Amino acid sequence: MTNIYSTAAEMASALAAKEISAVDLTKQHLDRIASVDGKLHAFLHVDSEGALAQAEAVDAKRAKGETLSPLAGVPIAVKDILAQKGVPTTAGSKILEGWRPPYDSTVVAKLKAAGVVILGKTNMDEFAMGSSTENSAYGTTQNPWDLTRTPGGSSGGSAAAVASFEAPLAIGTDTGGSIRQPAALTGIVGVKPTYGGVSRYGVIAYSSSLDQVGPFGRTVLDTALLHETIAGHDERDSTSINAPVPQVVAAAKRLDVKGMKIGVIKELSGSGFQAGVSARISESLELLVAAGAEIVEVSCPNFEYALAAYYLIAPSEASSNLARFDSMRYGLRVGDDGSKGAEEVMSATREAGFGKEVKRRIILGTYALSSGYYDAYYGSAQKVRTLVKRDFESAFAKADVLVSPVTPTTAFKIGEKSNDPVAMYLSDIATIPVNMAGIGGMSLPVGLAEEDGLPVGLQIMAPLMQDDRFYRVGGTLEAALLSKWGKPILSNAPDLMVQK
Amino acid sequence: MTLNYKGATEKYEPTLGLEVHVELNTNSKMFCSCATEFGAAPNTQTCPVCLGLPGALPVVNGKAIESTILIGLALNCSIAPYSRFARKNYFYPDMPKNFQTSQYDEPICVEGYLDVEIETDEGPKVFRVEIERVHMEEDTGKSLHVGGSTGRIHGAEYSLLDYNRAGIPLVEIVTKIIPGTGKYAPQVARAYVTQLRDILRSLGVSDVKMEQGSLRCDANVSLAPIGSGLLGTRSETKNVNSLRSVERALTGEIERQANRLEAGERIIQETRHFLEESGLTRPGRSKEQAEDYRYFPEPDLVPVTPDAKWIEELRAKLPENPADRRKRLQKEWNVPDSEMTSLINAELVDVVEETIKLGAEPTRARTWWLGEISRLANEKEVAPTSLITTVFVAEIIALITSGDLTDKLARQVVEGVVNGEGSPAEVIEKRGLKVVSDDSALMVAIEAAIAAQPDTAERIRGGNIPAAGALIGAVMKATGGQADAAKVRELLLKHLGQG
Repeated sequence: MTNIYSTAAEMASALAAKEISAVDLTKQHLDRIASVDGKLHAFLHVDSEGALAQAEAVDAKRAKGETLSPLAGVPIAVKDILAQKGVPTTAGSKILEGWRPPYDSTVVAKLKAAGVVILGKTNMDEFAMGSSTENSAYGTTQNPWDLTRTPGGSSGGSAAAVASFEAPLAIGTDTGGSIRQPAALTGIVGVKPTYGGVSRYGVIAYSSSLDQVGPFGRTVLDTALLHETIAGHDERDSTSINAPVPQVVAAAKRLDVKGMKIGVIKELSGSGFQAGVSARISESLELLVAAGAEIVEVSCPNFEYALAAYYLIAPSEASSNLARFDSMRYGLRVGDDGSKGAEEVMSATREAGFGKEVKRRIILGTYALSSGYYDAYYGSAQKVRTLVKRDFESAFAKADVLVSPVTPTTAFKIGEKSNDPVAMYLSDIATIPVNMAGIGGMSLPVGLAEEDGLPVGLQIMAPLMQDDRFYRVGGTLEAALLSKWGKPILSNAPDLMVQK
Repeated sequence: MTLNYKGATEKYEPTLGLEVHVELNTNSKMFCSCATEFGAAPNTQTCPVCLGLPGALPVVNGKAIESTILIGLALNCSIAPYSRFARKNYFYPDMPKNFQTSQYDEPICVEGYLDVEIETDEGPKVFRVEIERVHMEEDTGKSLHVGGSTGRIHGAEYSLLDYNRAGIPLVEIVTKIIPGTGKYAPQVARAYVTQLRDILRSLGVSDVKMEQGSLRCDANVSLAPIGSGLLGTRSETKNVNSLRSVERALTGEIERQANRLEAGERIIQETRHFLEESGLTRPGRSKEQAEDYRYFPEPDLVPVTPDAKWIEELRAKLPENPADRRKRLQKEWNVPDSEMTSLINAELVDVVEETIKLGAEPTRARTWWLGEISRLANEKEVAPTSLITTVFVAEIIALITSGDLTDKLARQVVEGVVNGEGSPAEVIEKRGLKVVSDDSALMVAIEAAIAAQPDTAERIRGGNIPAAGALIGAVMKATGGQADAAKVRELLLKHLGQG
């Protein structure tokens, strides 16, 4: 029986076998959203009409016997940072309230072309700046495991939607961990592909040299199916890689890691990580060894500077990327009563339209790029970036993939870190180096921490454009864990229908 | 006592610096595929990229890179194997992203020069203008400030924005400081811009129309006492919209600065605007407090890394330098400076050369293009080259040379071709314009004329050759002007025993 609790792969085969229609499947998910999203607030906009129209079109094509792509008719949730023609797109900011893009981002266009049914747009930290969705101008998303906790961020809405069965799949973006960290905190799979692996065209830019679009799923295979649907060269994105997409679906199905070398990053283990997190990671490594992999220890001494460098590079690029929000052409306009000049209106609009964290980063970035400070800040940060890349290169000379915890802790309480930016920034300490180097990484749920019963994520990293490697390791480990547990991790989550 | 220009340059040594912006004539914009046609209805040539909509990304126009490399090569520059775009950050409503994508510290062409020749008191003299850099950037949109008295943003009731121009490829050509021009500074500047314009035109990379803004010149100048070896504070004059204005603006600015210095005042580093009517400049934005553009490498674009082989292919395609070509052709055609200048200004050098290559006699080729064809083009307000092909012009000239057409008939042939009546042969056929050269047909007319004026014929027989004019006139009239008068004269005199 195919329902919202099925995997995307199961839904896809049931749809192909005409055991269920795309319209029925879409309705089931819209019903689920209607009944639980009041508690979660994963969605900023639910496009019931558009989703049903898309589902009907897929059903009609299938009835005619047309060849459809593997995920045709499977629903998805899309982070509200991707432009979708005619559908409100806010990036979690008041400054874009009411904006309906006149064009589709490449990823949205690919989803539409593949017949993947877009249910709506998900909540996020404003302009992807944050690790908890608390910076959304439209309210926080709750973690389905515990409504008093955050689902992580910035793609917290997408992660919560998948973890709560509102959608089997979701799209997120990851600039410093914004896919992997919420995936870890909600017990699902999240992947940040190699930079340039998925087009950024139509993705509202936060930090152009670090932003990357990626998939969320409840299984490694589901995530791989979505990955292959959205990946590939795009001539409208100069930084997209013109090379064949790594065969991640085949890798996810391989279930074999014999002879693979797994590198454990010394600097991302031990102290600073919650005991229950470290315990689950060690257990996973034992399972991989049992499956025939070899564990080696690697050192990445420059990772300790990565977080500081990230908070110079990302805000610098953001200060320029966000300059376009000036009230002139779209979005919010404040104070235009006919008596004020363009600059005053722009100033009033930015004052009212940008949140605290966004302003903090614009000011930080503007300062870092200023004449006289550029070399010391932006210049030095770029040097750190090169050093981080070199650390990865030498580590990958010893190992096929690298592993670490995704986050230092399990999901934290809403409000716990919102007044302490540095504490919040530290939740991305293990994910940021991956963005700095441009490589890809996966967050795989590997169990629950003893002390709080909340999900723990293992980060698996691979060299540039070798994304198939983490799908191979992830798929193998997922199968080993499932046979150990006897049931999927999400079946441990409390029932949202009775949770208060 | 105020100094005039002569006085100013007797006391002070000007140092120049010129920045020229060229709009490339690519079919699409610098970073998107929008059209670049001049004068289209406002905001019709825009897309998410050049409107800077959230999420849109730039992609470099390969044709623009090619054009820029050609410009660099023509200006004797080195082409960088690796160059990058940067973001120049500042807020202005006509710039949709609030940053301009431009090359900054890693331009595509560096270290070139252009030799320009001017007329001095001691005869022609060559000045070498050194080029610092040639780089690519995007143009901004246009603002139209409505209401208010100045047409400027301050005091305007509201402003209209047209983003058609936003993202048009621009190339900026920056000279090093140009010292040692003395009183000839304005002429050197004018000659430099003129020669640059001719080169850009010969490369076919830009419309180079100063009045439409596809070629813009910012003229920097500073003064220092002659022999001091110092470098004064400069001003930058914008809004210089013609070659003549380049010269006038600098002359005026040198005079203004000299008089300030004489009065013991200092020169303010500022941008000034040239006023076409008065020839003076007025102050614009002060640059005392240098704006901080917070340049950083454009993360949305990959570095420009032109292949060495491609650069050599482009170098091989470079046309002859227009100044060298002008000298060569002027010598080959043996024409005075004034006529050569007319040909250049009318943009007719190419067609004349082509017409001559097709076998036309050089003097006739020049005269026809510059004369009749240009006159017709003026009437119709189109370019002469759009009226008639070089092949047809060469054919017509060949017929004149062979005596098959008179100049008068040839004008009718040209008119026929221009009016779309067909090729010269077809026009001649349809209009019946061929010179009457059939002797027997002419003899009929000659005999008729003699019969009509027997007395005149008798005087000619008697040796009064000038009297032949009357009979020749009668024959020409009878043949409707289609006879070759020289031929008529020859036959008439022979017939009357005087040949």
